[in-house]
Amino acid sequence: MTALDVHLTRTIGEFDLDVAFSVESGISVLFGPSGAGKSLTLALVAGLLRPDTGTIAINGHIVTDCASRIFVSTQDRRIGMVFQDGLLLPHRTVLDNVALAVRQSNGRQARRAVARTWLERVGAEAFSERRPGSLSGGQRQRVALARALAGDPALVLLDEPISALDSAVRRELRTLIREVMISSGVPAVLVTHDADEAEELGDVVIGYNDGRVTAMRVVERTNDTGSQSEPFDGTEP
Amino acid sequence: MTVLVPHSWLNSIGIPPWVWNPLSISLHAALEATLIVAVFGIALGYVLAKGHFPGRGAIETVFSMPMALPPTVVGYYLLTRLGGPGPIRNAEVHLFGHPLTFTFTGIVIAQIVESFPYCLRFSRAAISNVDPRFEQAARAMGLSRWRTALLVTLPLARRGIVAGVALAFGRALGDFGATMIISGSVPMATTMPIALYNAVFFGSHEQAMVLALVQLGAAFVILFGVSRLGKVRAW
Repeated sequence: MTALDVHLTRTIGEFDLDVAFSVESGISVLFGPSGAGKSLTLALVAGLLRPDTGTIAINGHIVTDCASRIFVSTQDRRIGMVFQDGLLLPHRTVLDNVALAVRQSNGRQARRAVARTWLERVGAEAFSERRPGSLSGGQRQRVALARALAGDPALVLLDEPISALDSAVRRELRTLIREVMISSGVPAVLVTHDADEAEELGDVVIGYNDGRVTAMRVVERTNDTGSQSEPFDGTEP
Repeated sequence: MTVLVPHSWLNSIGIPPWVWNPLSISLHAALEATLIVAVFGIALGYVLAKGHFPGRGAIETVFSMPMALPPTVVGYYLLTRLGGPGPIRNAEVHLFGHPLTFTFTGIVIAQIVESFPYCLRFSRAAISNVDPRFEQAARAMGLSRWRTALLVTLPLARRGIVAGVALAFGRALGDFGATMIISGSVPMATTMPIALYNAVFFGSHEQAMVLALVQLGAAFVILFGVSRLGKVRAW
C-alpha cells in the first residue's frame, strides 16, 4: 500500500511549492538544499499548514483534498513527528512526554508502560524520569523518536532530526533511526540536506530543488547497515 | 462571613479587631475577586492570544479600561449601574433579595472590575509568547486543541499567568476608589484602605500607622513573590 501520496501546491510570498510523489514502506528521504520546500512539504503532510491546491493521502486515507474541502486535523492524522530540536515539553519528564503521545486511552499506567517500552527501544530508559532540559541533544532526539512512535502512527515525519548534532552523535543516531524505523515497520519520511544522511537512511531518496521534485531514486541495499549506491546529488542522472 | 478565625484567638495574639476586621474583609473579597478574575481572565487571555477574529484589539481595550480610568470613575459607573433604577438593579433584587451596592458582594464586583485587566493582559501576553511549535508538536502527538491548551500552552505560560493573577490580587486588595464608592464605608464592607482612610479622617493616627504598615507588608509580599516568579528557573 502507498504510505504517502502527495500532489500539492502552496505559495508563500515569492516561494512556490509544486510537488507530487508517492512513497511506500521504509524510509523515504526528501533531500535538497535549504529553502527547497522539504520542511514545508512535511508541515503540509502533518496538517500544520493547508495547501493551496491538491491532495494528500496517508495509508490510502485522504487527509487533505482542497477540491472537496477535506482537511483532517493534525491530531487525527495518526502521524508521529520528530522536529530538529526535539520540541519535548520542558515541564514534563521524559516518560510523561512519551506517555502523552500514546493514543490508546486504556489508563495512565498502561500508557506509561507503552512509553517505557519505546524508551527502551531507543536506549533512553535510563533518563525516563529526567526533564528534557537536563538532556543532551542526542538524548533528546532519542526521546523524540520514541514519542513519535509511541502513538502507533501510520506515518512518521522526521524534520532534519539529527542535523543540529555533532558528527559522532549523528552517526550513532543514523544507525538508531534506521534500525528502529525498519523494525517498527512504520513508514517514515525524513527531511535532510545532507547527502550522506540521505544515502544512509533512505530506501528512497526524493530530490528537491526550488519547490520542485527534481529526482527520485531507490537506494540499493544489501542489508540494513548501509547503501551500496553511488552518492546522490538530488538530480536525475 | 468575614471573620475567618475567632476574635478571642486574635486578641490573645495581640491583633485587635480594628485591624483584623478590615483585613479579613479585604482578604476575603480580594480572594473571591481573584478567583473569578483568574478563571475568566485566563480564558479570555487565551482566546485573544490564539483567536483570529476581528475586534480582538477592541475587546482587550474595553476590558483594560479600568487600568487607565481613575477608580472613582469605575466606582461611579458601578454605583449608578448596580444601584440606580433599571433592569440590572431589578435582577439583583430578584437574585439576592436586595441591591448589591453597600454590600460585601458589591465590593467583590468592584474589585473584579479593577483587577481584571492585570490578569487579562499578563495572561494574553504570556500565552502569545509560548513557542507555537510546542503546540504543533502536541497536535502531531494526537492531542486535541483543548488538551494542547491545558497540557502544553498554559503550563508553558504559567509564570506570566501566575504573575498576572498575583498582581490582580494585589490590585483587588489595594483598591480604594471604586470600593469606597460602591461600599459607602458601611461596617460590613470596610476594607483595609477604607479603614485607613477612616482612621486618618477621624484623627486616629496610631491606628492609621498600623493599618498602613499592614498594607505595606502585603504589597511587599505580593511584589516580591511576583519578582521571584520572574527569576526562578522555569523547569
